[in-house]
Amino acid sequence: MYYNEEFETLPRPALEALQLKRLKNTLEKVYKNVPFYKGSLDKAGITPDGIKSLDDLKNLPFTYKQDMRDSYPYALFAVPMEEIVRIHASSGTTGKPTVVGYTRKDIDAWSELMARSFVAAGVHKGDIIHNAYGYGLFTGGLGAHYGAERLGASVIPMSGGNTKRQIMIMQDFGSTVLTCTPSYSLFMAEAAREEGVDFRDLSLHVGIFGAEPWSETMRNEIEAKLNLCAIDIYGLSEIMGPGVAIECREAKKGLHIWEDHFIPEIIDPESGEPLPAGEKGELVITTIAKEGIPLIRYRTRDITSITYEPCLCGRTHARIARMSGRSDDMLIIRGINVFPSQIESIIMGIEGVEPHYLLIADRKENLDTLEVQVEVDEKLFSDEVKHLQNLSQTIEKRIKDILGITCKARLVEPRTIARSEGKAKRVIDNRKIV
Amino acid sequence: MKAEQISVFIENKSGRLAEVTRILGDADINIRALSLADTSDFGILRLIVNDREKAKAVLKEKGFTVTKTEVVAVEVPDRPGGLYQILRKLDSETINVEYMYAFVERCGENAVIIFRFDETDKAIKILMDSGFNVLEGEQLYGM
Repeated sequence: MYYNEEFETLPRPALEALQLKRLKNTLEKVYKNVPFYKGSLDKAGITPDGIKSLDDLKNLPFTYKQDMRDSYPYALFAVPMEEIVRIHASSGTTGKPTVVGYTRKDIDAWSELMARSFVAAGVHKGDIIHNAYGYGLFTGGLGAHYGAERLGASVIPMSGGNTKRQIMIMQDFGSTVLTCTPSYSLFMAEAAREEGVDFRDLSLHVGIFGAEPWSETMRNEIEAKLNLCAIDIYGLSEIMGPGVAIECREAKKGLHIWEDHFIPEIIDPESGEPLPAGEKGELVITTIAKEGIPLIRYRTRDITSITYEPCLCGRTHARIARMSGRSDDMLIIRGINVFPSQIESIIMGIEGVEPHYLLIADRKENLDTLEVQVEVDEKLFSDEVKHLQNLSQTIEKRIKDILGITCKARLVEPRTIARSEGKAKRVIDNRKIV
Repeated sequence: MKAEQISVFIENKSGRLAEVTRILGDADINIRALSLADTSDFGILRLIVNDREKAKAVLKEKGFTVTKTEVVAVEVPDRPGGLYQILRKLDSETINVEYMYAFVERCGENAVIIFRFDETDKAIKILMDSGFNVLEGEQLYGM
């Protein structure tokens, strides 16, 4: 079953011809309208009409997250603001988010890709979709929502939180599909257990989980506890939001990335050289149909591999393997992106000095936890307990206010956090994604 | 009229407290009074020692975070109600006591209490004007 059979099963030669046409079109648009891209293309000595085949893609310069931060808020937009009908953002360093803008056509395309993703996951228009992704600047909630409405399913806009109530609504409203982060789903399972609700008595048949990496082991646990088929979805706000790639229910072997909208590449993160299919490396994505904020060779920092082998579901779009980690230090805590540098700037903002800190991510009772260790040096040390406690609390509150994450601040003795000559190891991630 | 107290930050890990006393012992430093304030995550060890500079140096060298704080040592009549008299006086002048602890040695017939005030100078003046004896730091360290 497909949402858009023609495009989802387009034979590869036709798909690649379409990609080349759209790529050239996108390059012309950004060269003309986005000073950043005119600059980087000029610097690389490339003109839009210099692209003759998809092979030439690798000669184009990369776009980095830092480029997006430097363009805050709207400098990368390729259309005038009057044409932007939606703005989303993700958290970024120094408290300033990465901003993306969508034209009406972009929202339309996003809804289409999300609808395709729902159908690939086994959802149909008669389903009642319990959408517990966060609604707001985060792309998860509204992304899933618009896709659900486009498909014609009945969407319940739950957002996150208020878990006991969510269980009640799942029961009473007869939700048949669940969309949320994988760790939140286990949290819901626990809440249901406490309420004496058995998921086997609920009507859920599929869950679409993303926004953070999760293992096969976790999938088995979710499927057992929630009594549904658990499907992996991939997305990032810079590229679009959820729905960039989806596992198909038929095979559950890799996530189809919608190649009529995105050209994926796998590169060696150190050298930047493209890697062949099957090899693990950093995923790079070029958008070829976006109007608001098209991106050329965006470095996602997600590590995966790609395959072009035919899939038994019949879709001809390439599949990326389930994410196995990041090529940078970024953590994902309960679906929220956290960079160590963000924590650092928050801590430095409180003290005005440069403390040594360490982030320890863990998973306790199916929920991500974050401990922020800060060394107490003489500048920080106060003789009074209340001042030190106040310091811990201020750190926790500031992180909560700026990043939206609940963490535990722990004061430690100096030099207990390991030093290194090169890049300091700021992050210990004890969660094991097998 | 003020005395210097050494405060040491201690993580709630086993052996840390012992380590501090070992370091001081090895450096031949004598502890005259001490108090340990604790929370679930950390403790602050407060010490009156005979050689403050040396204590601070050896502890810092071993990686401890140390600071010096001004405290006030007051003679207290060593009988029931002795402490109450002082606290009553401080209360009436709205001087806040952050913490206090007792000294090891007696001063003649009197006990000695170490106080940390939010307004040290004001507290000293009020105590002395009321006839209480405030000890000099130098008197304290060598007692």
